[in-house]
Amino acid sequence: MSTTVDEMSRRTGAMSSAELAGERESRATVGDVTVANPRMVCRGVDVWYGAKQAIKGVSLDIGKNEVVSMIGPSGCGKSTFLRCLNRMNDTIDGCRVTGSIQLDGQDIYDKGLDPVPLRAQVGMVFQKPNPFPKSIYENVAYGPRIHGLTNNKAELDELVSASLQKAGLWNEVKDRLDQPGTGLSGGQQQRLCIARTIAVSPEVILMDEPCSALDPIATAIIEELIDELRANYSIAIVTHSMQQAARVSQRTAYFHLGDLIEVGETNQIFTNPKHRLTEDYITGRFG
Amino acid sequence: MSNTRAAGAPPQRTIDIVNASLKRRYAKERRFRLIGLSAVVLGLLFVALLFADIIGKGYTAFQQTYIQMPITFDAAVIDPEGTRNPEILKAANYAALIRQAQREVFPEVSDRRATRALTSMISVGAPAHLRDMVMANPDLIGTTQEVWLLADDDIDMLVKGHIDRALPESERRVKDQTVGWVDRLESEGRIEKRFNTIFFTHGTSREPELAGIAGALMGTFYTLTLTLLFSFPIGVGAALYLEEFAPKNRWTDLIEVNINNLAAVPSVIFGLLGLAVFIAIFGVPRSTPLVAALVLSLMTLPIIIIASRAALKSVPPSIREAALGVGASPLQTQFHHVLPLAMPGMLTGAIIGMAHALGETAPLLMIGMIAFIVDIPSGFTSPATVLPVQIFLWADSPERAFVERTSAAIIVLLAFLILMNLTAVLLRRRFERRW
Repeated sequence: MSTTVDEMSRRTGAMSSAELAGERESRATVGDVTVANPRMVCRGVDVWYGAKQAIKGVSLDIGKNEVVSMIGPSGCGKSTFLRCLNRMNDTIDGCRVTGSIQLDGQDIYDKGLDPVPLRAQVGMVFQKPNPFPKSIYENVAYGPRIHGLTNNKAELDELVSASLQKAGLWNEVKDRLDQPGTGLSGGQQQRLCIARTIAVSPEVILMDEPCSALDPIATAIIEELIDELRANYSIAIVTHSMQQAARVSQRTAYFHLGDLIEVGETNQIFTNPKHRLTEDYITGRFG
Repeated sequence: MSNTRAAGAPPQRTIDIVNASLKRRYAKERRFRLIGLSAVVLGLLFVALLFADIIGKGYTAFQQTYIQMPITFDAAVIDPEGTRNPEILKAANYAALIRQAQREVFPEVSDRRATRALTSMISVGAPAHLRDMVMANPDLIGTTQEVWLLADDDIDMLVKGHIDRALPESERRVKDQTVGWVDRLESEGRIEKRFNTIFFTHGTSREPELAGIAGALMGTFYTLTLTLLFSFPIGVGAALYLEEFAPKNRWTDLIEVNINNLAAVPSVIFGLLGLAVFIAIFGVPRSTPLVAALVLSLMTLPIIIIASRAALKSVPPSIREAALGVGASPLQTQFHHVLPLAMPGMLTGAIIGMAHALGETAPLLMIGMIAFIVDIPSGFTSPATVLPVQIFLWADSPERAFVERTSAAIIVLLAFLILMNLTAVLLRRRFERRW
């Protein structure tokens, strides 16, 4: 452990061994990871890619109707952690997850649990907009159709239009639902992906840098949308932009080289970080 | 130039050094382009030569010489008792009618040898043609009709100019006497070249003028249909499993290496395998489209698997993530999203594999497709031959008329190959998607 810390101290800059003490330097998470009414509860989550440990004992709750943002420098494991929450990491060869992640009290890594219905409960929006190369309508209707959420065409039409409305895309596409989703602009595509995700009524929505491929105007629209979606869903968002984290989230988690360094109210994290690494990052000293 | 600086001259500006080297760099580029261009031109030249040679040799096979003869459908020969019994009509001596007609046209010919030469001008298939005419219309009996009869292949060659009249008679297949008759018939308008329908409607034959590719074409059709039915689903399934579902470990690596090796195995080995396994062990009837398709499937499988895996790899992973993210099962992800996007690439691979199979000869020789089969195959288990094997057989025949038929068969084969490759290109263009 000490070598790892030494290594890290070298990477993070000026940190003498004398300073390796106290809350400001510890690798244990600073701040309260729990919330009063959690939807997802993660305890001691470790993730390995082969022999390399990408996440080290992360514990974090995601509450109902809140937006949790995860920030940190590249390669800190925030995306990896996010992808654990709907078992998207299952698709990566050599990826191993230990610890406990619960959704509404049910361990999602339980041997008997099927990841397919889990992903209907925990939806995901990806970094790069990835609509299916099908029509706008088909993009949104696909999830409800495979899960059998509607009984007839009229209900499906209703669900598609409702989802597009919630995603704030309805007015722009209502006259061309039969056109390919890939023909939309980047921001519209990302909102289409959000509509696709909420069409299956998930409880939690995971967003992996949803605005990193978008221009500022499209970003602003998506951020507004995230704020509206909070009324019905729990949202965990990974972002590179600290401003975005400050704007959209109620709580913020700062990751550093696989450790969850600090968790707290977004306000507190950005105005009064307790850990030195958090402070260095948000003040722009590195990352 | 670079040593001027070392000699203490005023330092050169970088731009001067760059400019000095520019000429050399552009010359290098020009040379490279020239070499590339000449390679392409050379390649095209050889293709053009090949096509010119084959078409030049083969196009005359699409025409066939016919000789007009005034045939008297003599009731005494065909149906002496006037019963119109089909059995009797069928068994009648129609060759005698032709001989009779020839005697009328060439009254001066009397000695046995000359008569035989005269008879051999008409194809041995001509009496059957007369028989079919009478069977179809018995009212012809007792009348005299001008009938166009199929000429023998030697006469056909002479009329088409493939026999050199300048050669001494002893070295020529057609003697001076016959040449004289042909010239006389031609001047009387009794010789005509018509489109060679026999070539497309008959099976093979020992007589070139009666030989066609219909049998080989049907054999090829049955064989390729079965090959596609066997190899495409298996190939796509194998590619899908290996690419998307199989764990990546030493075993799958081994399988992958072996599939790539299989694609490089000489095709004749597959023929030997087919002989040893399908025919000897499983008792599949030899020289049938079924066994040929089994062997060719083995041969095309690696091609289809490799092409299908490449097509699957080219589907962006974001599509898979998107489908999994809304809760599609892995199989739904594959069948609803990945497979449709990979399908054009897979079809292209399949068509290229089929084109390989279409042109394949060696493995089929091993499993009896080389047998001399006159009948047009009627199904997947009737004896058959295929187009390339037919070409191989005809190329081996000594008759001059088979030379042009060989080339004509090659033209047909090439036409199918080009058609298939064109389809592959069009498919790729048509369904190419960009993300």
